[in-house]
Amino acid sequence: MNRTHELSRRTFMVGSAAAGGLALGFHLPLQSAAAQSAAAAAADAEVNAWVVVRPDDTCVIRIARSEMGQGTLTGLAQLVAEELECDWKKVTTESITAGQNLARKRVWGEMATGGSRGIRISQDYVRRGGAAARILLLQAAANEWNVPASELKVADGIITHPASGRQTSYGKVAAAAAQLTAPDPKTITLKDPKDWKIAGKPVKRLDTADKLNGSKVYAIDVKLPGMLCAAIKDCPVFGGKLVSYDEPKIKDRPGVRGVVKVNDTTVAVVADTWWRAKTALDALPIVWDEGSNAAQSSATIAEHLKEGLSAGVTNGERRHGDALAAIAGAAKKVEATYGTPFLAHACMETMNCTVRTSPDRAEVWVPTQNAEASLAALSEASGVPIGQCEVFKHDLGGGFGRRGGTQDYVRQAAVIAKEFPGTPIKLIWSREEDVAHDFYRPISQCRLSAGLDADGRLVGLHVRLSGQSINATLNPTAIVDGKDRRQLQGWWEEPGDAQLGYTIDNLLIEYAMRNTHVPVGPWRGVNTNQNSVYMECFIEEVARAAGKDSLEFRRALMSRHPKHLAVLNAVAEKGDWGKPLPPGVHRGIAQFMGYGSYSAATAEVSVSPAGKLKVHRMVLALDCGHAVNPDQIAAQIEGSVAYGLSATLYGENNIKNGRIAEVNFDTYEIMRLAEMPKVETVIVPSHDFWGGVGEPTISVVAPAVLNAIYAATGKPVRTLPLKNVKLV
Amino acid sequence: MAKLTINGTVHDVDVEPDTPLLWVIREQVGLTGTKYGCGVAQCGACSVHIDDVVVRSCSMRVADIKPTDRIVTIEGLSATSSHPVQRAWAALDVPQCGYCQSGQIMAAAALLKRNARPSDADIDAAMTNICRCGTYQRIRAAVHMAANTTRSGALEPALGVPASETSTL
Repeated sequence: MNRTHELSRRTFMVGSAAAGGLALGFHLPLQSAAAQSAAAAAADAEVNAWVVVRPDDTCVIRIARSEMGQGTLTGLAQLVAEELECDWKKVTTESITAGQNLARKRVWGEMATGGSRGIRISQDYVRRGGAAARILLLQAAANEWNVPASELKVADGIITHPASGRQTSYGKVAAAAAQLTAPDPKTITLKDPKDWKIAGKPVKRLDTADKLNGSKVYAIDVKLPGMLCAAIKDCPVFGGKLVSYDEPKIKDRPGVRGVVKVNDTTVAVVADTWWRAKTALDALPIVWDEGSNAAQSSATIAEHLKEGLSAGVTNGERRHGDALAAIAGAAKKVEATYGTPFLAHACMETMNCTVRTSPDRAEVWVPTQNAEASLAALSEASGVPIGQCEVFKHDLGGGFGRRGGTQDYVRQAAVIAKEFPGTPIKLIWSREEDVAHDFYRPISQCRLSAGLDADGRLVGLHVRLSGQSINATLNPTAIVDGKDRRQLQGWWEEPGDAQLGYTIDNLLIEYAMRNTHVPVGPWRGVNTNQNSVYMECFIEEVARAAGKDSLEFRRALMSRHPKHLAVLNAVAEKGDWGKPLPPGVHRGIAQFMGYGSYSAATAEVSVSPAGKLKVHRMVLALDCGHAVNPDQIAAQIEGSVAYGLSATLYGENNIKNGRIAEVNFDTYEIMRLAEMPKVETVIVPSHDFWGGVGEPTISVVAPAVLNAIYAATGKPVRTLPLKNVKLV
Repeated sequence: MAKLTINGTVHDVDVEPDTPLLWVIREQVGLTGTKYGCGVAQCGACSVHIDDVVVRSCSMRVADIKPTDRIVTIEGLSATSSHPVQRAWAALDVPQCGYCQSGQIMAAAALLKRNARPSDADIDAAMTNICRCGTYQRIRAAVHMAANTTRSGALEPALGVPASETSTL
């Protein structure tokens, strides 16, 4: 089970495309490693868009989504293989390209990979793809033996006809199967998940081997003949302009081939190696017009947001009953204001890609969460018609939402490459550039007020969120009549995606959009991360004000949300809620919903007399409906703890003189192994829906820890990161 | 011009003397398993061994390296991914995106070279590389597993150190 060696395939693809192979479109299967010789290529059979079978019975499963560590590649292959009834040990995978998808009228559907959607959105059609291939392979065997297909059986890619004792294999009938007409996918009955043998099992990832010995080729590792490298600098102040640069000062440095004005804000140096390009760029005198945004700072932005906490006009709301009156008339009132900062993604592999252009062809080798957006960006920036562009996708060294729709680095590289026709240009961002020019997790503040009756029951809740909108930066058309519900993710009324798990008779949730000059975007779990802190930490404050147990107070609000409640109950049980802890150790709990899945967590922490926090143990429960690979779900949950805890402990990007103050890991700190708590995963599958996995559980990490700190110190924490908070 | 011994092979490289070892390994020698992550010795993605000690190659000038220094990169750790650390990493499916894992594996191999049975505290102190996917729990378990490699070469998980504790209700 190893993956097709991507570079050899890509080399072939480029060659075949240049020879007009792509124009054959539908009839030309995507070529795999075996296709390096024409004879081998002829023997590989594309049974349908999703499945290629080789004569040796290897089943090559096509993957349209991007693999960035989240395991979608393995999970999607499991789903196809389950219906295909092939031998899992003989499964390999290959990525399709955006150009192929375009040429074949999007036979593989959308390629975008984000929002924890890779499996939940494509599971139906990829399973049908696997099932259709199985039906074709069985029909080919039936035709050969002249028996009805209904008399055949298949297991592990071996087809048998029990009545006659005949046997064949997928590899032997694939060429004939490829000639048959595919069944209508809508007529196919998929397996009941309770009969799954490959899906639903904790099989090993298919993509581990080359991550252990340095042989995996990330986009940053691409080597092409004659390739040059580019380093880039964008105006440090967002919205500032490039005025001039002194090219003669660096043109005689070793290896330097040129300086390119990329756009109004950006300059790049091209050299024979990246290190020479980077050092020459560092030495290049550049004059910037930083513009009026240079006056902006974290303090000015905080004031801007604070104003939104009380302003009259809102940009979206949810309302039941009369929360303001209920709170005004309540026996006891609780009020608190919370805040969370901008956060960079800081993927371990910095932004990069390699572009080669000529007047009639443009190609990019790129780590992308959205290969079709890469294709469009390449076409637009290079001026080459989209049908003559191609995207060679490399597995990402981290994505987390940074490498989705924007594709800024592809545009930049295409502009630079146009100055060097026919020469591949590898653009690599320095870490400093990567952190200073991100699309950050949006900053926000939130003021919450609650009213309790004499029995300590919640009679009204008012939530006022003030902060930046992702849609305003990236998708303005999604804001209708000034309303932008996306920022209220996790507090929605409708079931199914990011529903608030509490029923509160008098509820008012309002959003005041307060945009800044800093670009924002999706960041693994985006708004559920901040909104869960606000809601779940405030509910904790309210529960304590009511004198109630944190778990029981929540349960009392959740009777109409059985799935939320089941996950909370599961985590309470596995997390030993109510049971004694070692001296000095305290427990917190939280629940939230996002990306179609239900999450809950407990955290056990201690706070030393000097105020030092240690998170000892976390238990996380997730109901994602169907659980395609329990071990990879556990891996995602463990990773979500690190991502969420890193933000909780250290994550912040401040604005100073209009620019990002923390631009590398010495100041933009990331959690290390020593701070990783013991994580236990509880999967609570309800088998009646398909939810996301990569993102949802991050939302409960911070509030569970903060609520445990509250239990430890008796004081709520209302701002992140914790490195700025005196705990005792 | 510098002379470097990398994975047992001597390379003559023509670079400016202040070029970091990382970029010489990647761009002149052409071994790309060693990764760039920060350039300031913070993240450890660039970790290699020099005479069995793990170093952050992004912050070492090539001029400061002697031809006799034995540099080992991830590509030279073993011929067939058979180093106990690599095998433990495979057994526990440690990598997610994988980008930092060359550095993590080199750091773990160096730790085990000087401390065959590291405690959790030893692992905390030695394994300071950043993993943005958050594979830390499995890294810890895999280091223990690699340390528990028996004389016959079999890997055994350390008692009480689950790589991943998962239950399904």
